[in-house]
Amino acid sequence: MTRRAIITGAADTAVGEVPGSTCMGLHAEAASLALADAGLKPSDIDGVLCAYSFTEPHLMLASVFCEYFGIQPAYSAAIHAGGATGCVMAMQAAALVEAGVCRHVLVVAGDNRLSGLSRDKAVAALAEVGHPQFERPFGVTIPALYGLVAQAYMHEYGATPEHLAAMAVNSRTHAARNPKAQMRKPITVADVLASRFISEPLRLLDCCLISDGGAAIVVSAADAARDTAKRPVALLGAGQKNTHEHLVAAPSLTEFGCRDSAAQAFGRAGVTAADIDVAEIYDSFTITLLVELESIGFFQKGEAGPAALAGALDLGGRLPCNTHGGLMSYAHSGAAGGLFHVVEAVRQLRGEAEARQVRDAELAFVHGDGGILSAHCSLVLGRQ
Amino acid sequence: MTDKLLPIPNADTRAFWEGCAQGELRLQRCRACRNAQFPPRALCAACHAPSPVWEKASGRGRIVSHTRVHRPPSPAFKADVPYVVALVTLEEGPRIMVNLRGAAADAPRIGDAVRIGFDPPAGPDNIALPHAVAVAAP
Ligand SMILES: [Zn+2]
Repeated sequence: MTRRAIITGAADTAVGEVPGSTCMGLHAEAASLALADAGLKPSDIDGVLCAYSFTEPHLMLASVFCEYFGIQPAYSAAIHAGGATGCVMAMQAAALVEAGVCRHVLVVAGDNRLSGLSRDKAVAALAEVGHPQFERPFGVTIPALYGLVAQAYMHEYGATPEHLAAMAVNSRTHAARNPKAQMRKPITVADVLASRFISEPLRLLDCCLISDGGAAIVVSAADAARDTAKRPVALLGAGQKNTHEHLVAAPSLTEFGCRDSAAQAFGRAGVTAADIDVAEIYDSFTITLLVELESIGFFQKGEAGPAALAGALDLGGRLPCNTHGGLMSYAHSGAAGGLFHVVEAVRQLRGEAEARQVRDAELAFVHGDGGILSAHCSLVLGRQ
Repeated sequence: MTDKLLPIPNADTRAFWEGCAQGELRLQRCRACRNAQFPPRALCAACHAPSPVWEKASGRGRIVSHTRVHRPPSPAFKADVPYVVALVTLEEGPRIMVNLRGAAADAPRIGDAVRIGFDPPAGPDNIALPHAVAVAAP
């Protein structure tokens, strides 16, 4: 049987507003930090996976990065799966090392989306997610598309604005313990409900941040553990499911591919949702996290909101979730946003999460979704 | 003021937009499995048979979700804020996105019956965007 790939390095740059940052500079800094974390040299890397950039878009971002960083790996590619990209890159890196194609794959993403792009430009760039002929002419934004999901989901399962708000409050509670997080001032459900509407029922505090930042991991062959610096984390299972790209063509407005991607990842890892100690789940909006928590099976339909209000997602709760603060309070800088979740899971499993550490965390679940709950990728990571 | 970007029809979508300009909502139907589909494609996404045929749709459907947009995607939509975007499932089965107009936009509810109307044709491609109004509306 193939031995599972391991994550030997994980790191991120400063996040939030990073003055003087560039997209490639953030990539290089995150890569250097992840290599140092692993105790590897740039020349040890024989595979590179990159994502995409809004501030320095390029047809061949992996080549651009390798040139900038000064490496010539045997394998490189760029992956575009929106918010699922971080997890998809990790899954692909594991496949490359398990197939024997590569020994150490560097997975890296970053963007200076806050300082390198005006807010109007960022909103306009993201609106391009909508179908050019059948969605964008009607004035949709990503929050509008998620607002449509939220309205349908609330109607079907009885979720309330307070339940959505509980997701944002949980992120901020965790972020308050994380000195690196972009937003650390505690908030209440009332604060979320008092923030202005972006696209009903979603309000400003239901939405993720716009940030500068970069993140990287090194995925290595199982027998490389002896050459690396830190306790390795095993990539025990991964799964994907893509059901649509545009919401207008989604098979359902309330059932999404996260259920199947997670079931695959759990199956390959030989575990169930109930075994997970800590979860880092893509939270572009409060509704994204709520839908995923219930579809993946961590909570029954209609149960995640009330459970979160009662502290289930906090340290000591049933499922500590987004312990770094997630996209709503830690940072969201493009494809690096989803990688922050992976980096945090690694830190939790190594016991490096300091004030936000989940005690004795042995199994972590990470999930990314891209588009409008369109592309899903789930990972199960384990302490070795 | 910046103009809104209108759809640019292509070989897959031209018949749809020509229908809209004539006040007619059109859907594709598969000749093999009879599946009605939207958005238009060169093949049936259910059974992959080629060349689905165009037919006139009823123009009736129900709201399956809606959102009132307060933060627009671009300055071109600023004058319209707040406006309502809705997903409507047509009687034939497929779902389309439209703006709600008139009383339908006041307090939309999931399940409300609506019918599809059309904005005046505009731009070099004569694009008449579909919208939805309450069934009782004139
Ligand atoms: Zn067919």
